[in-house]
Amino acid sequence: MITITHYLVLSAILFTVGVIGVLIRRNAIIIFMCIELMLNAVNLSFVACAHYLNSMQGQLFVFFTMTVAAAEAAVGLAIIVAVFRNKETINIDDINIMKW
Amino acid sequence: MTNVSIMTFNILSILPILILSGFGMIVLLVDVLSSRRLGEKNLLAYISLIGIILAAIFARSPAGTTLFSFNESFAIDNYSLFFNFIFLLSTGLTILISHSYIKREEINHGEYYALILFSTIGMMLMAAGADLLNIFIGLEVMSISIYILTGFKRSKLISNEASLKYFLLGAFATGFLLYGISLVYGSTGAINLKQIASFIASKGGISDPVLLMGMGLIIIGLGFKVASVPFHAWVPDVYEGAPTAITAFMSVGPKAAGFAAFLRILITAFGSAHDEWQKIIYILAILTMTTGNVIAIAQTNIKRMLAYSSIAHAGYLLIALVSANDMGVSGTLFYMLAYTFMNIGAFAIVIVLSRKGDEFIQINDYAGLGFKHPLLALAMTLFMFSMAGVPPTAGFVGKFYIFSAAIKSGYIGLAVIGVINSVISVYYYLRITVIMYMKEPTREFAPLTISPLIVAAIAISVIGTLHLGIFPSKVMEIAQQATLMLK
Repeated sequence: MITITHYLVLSAILFTVGVIGVLIRRNAIIIFMCIELMLNAVNLSFVACAHYLNSMQGQLFVFFTMTVAAAEAAVGLAIIVAVFRNKETINIDDINIMKW
Repeated sequence: MTNVSIMTFNILSILPILILSGFGMIVLLVDVLSSRRLGEKNLLAYISLIGIILAAIFARSPAGTTLFSFNESFAIDNYSLFFNFIFLLSTGLTILISHSYIKREEINHGEYYALILFSTIGMMLMAAGADLLNIFIGLEVMSISIYILTGFKRSKLISNEASLKYFLLGAFATGFLLYGISLVYGSTGAINLKQIASFIASKGGISDPVLLMGMGLIIIGLGFKVASVPFHAWVPDVYEGAPTAITAFMSVGPKAAGFAAFLRILITAFGSAHDEWQKIIYILAILTMTTGNVIAIAQTNIKRMLAYSSIAHAGYLLIALVSANDMGVSGTLFYMLAYTFMNIGAFAIVIVLSRKGDEFIQINDYAGLGFKHPLLALAMTLFMFSMAGVPPTAGFVGKFYIFSAAIKSGYIGLAVIGVINSVISVYYYLRITVIMYMKEPTREFAPLTISPLIVAAIAISVIGTLHLGIFPSKVMEIAQQATLMLK
């Protein structure tokens, strides 16, 4: 029997994988993919909770999260392309002209 | 299943937002339809300003009550109205200071104004959001527009880099905020702030660890947006790399919007779990003030110095959040308004002095400004005094209200740390004044090309800073009425 706990644990694992990816990867696109993974982990948790609570709000939220993720992807990839045009790299260790 | 009734839709309640989005689209259309000559784009600035003024005129609130619309997801009250005025003011001033700047930097594209208007819409949604969904959408509309604006100098690597850093860290923080919202939703079964509040009240506080973790993650997500330590790493780089006019904009608008959402979520939804979040915010406030002020001392670039100073100011505002009484909320509103005037004013002067290809942003570049351009130096001195909190300026009154709110709630230690921090900040704010008046110029000042719009922006900022400093009572009264709505 698969219960809400299974879904929430899966979502927590996915979220953690995303966070670790953001922290240890060095390619801007991979980091961005890890952020998308985090957002999708959240979506999973929303849908699971919505089903469990028998409420529509969580499912509604997922649609907005997906929309926002799509908008973010458009803007984010454009920014990465702009960086690549000027610098020819998207390794974030090399993108360091400003330091405190 | 919850039913959504069509009857609760009240289009008039979001009229200012509709006006702004309409004008944003008009700006885009006029840009496409008009010829490609750069001179024509004056029109776009004026269209945006008209939109802002119209939105301010139509921003209304029902006296003394809260009007809920769109299935109680949208709260129109004096609180959101006050914040709307702060947003519209900061947007208006930003457009005034941008006009000559973006021409000089050759980034005079129509999207610039449209994106500023769209980002203002996001802020207004955040301040009026009565459920977590609306606040989240507002936050994203605001942030995504500003990611683009940060990277608006497309051919400049420094601008690209700032934009990439802001985008990656901003999206990362969004992930935390969202996860927090989903945990709160999972444990309370609601995304509406009032329903969350009544759920927590019925349980007599937060005992559920999932709910507690959700609240903590929401604090992380919003703490990032208001630039509190330890979520501040992006601030100096982004402020330095962004076009100066956008730096001015994002040091005021998004911060105000972040605090608007912060106060509404923590006080309305988690009001009865006061003890739990207070400890976290307490530590954040101390860290934020101290880190901001101490690192600001070491800066030689004025944009970076103002970035760290904006972190420090977020710390003072967090003090008001910790005290969480009426005075703290009205103090936040007042301080945010004062900060809008003084910060945009300071950036306006940075813009006036800079030239194409020479940003003129080292603090030592300001040596001798007091003799060469006495009026500009005088205005800069006023803004610096106000940020340091010297009477009779707006900054002093704002700090006074915030620290008294902390004392009223019994956080005397926090108020003392706040005062010590303002004393530290006097050092780096007054250093600019000292350099302007007491040092020989190290380099030539080019003849200034001053547009009437930026003069208007500086004049409005000077008048605002002095007016709020000398006659604060009227505005404070309005701010106090705004807090009555929140509970």
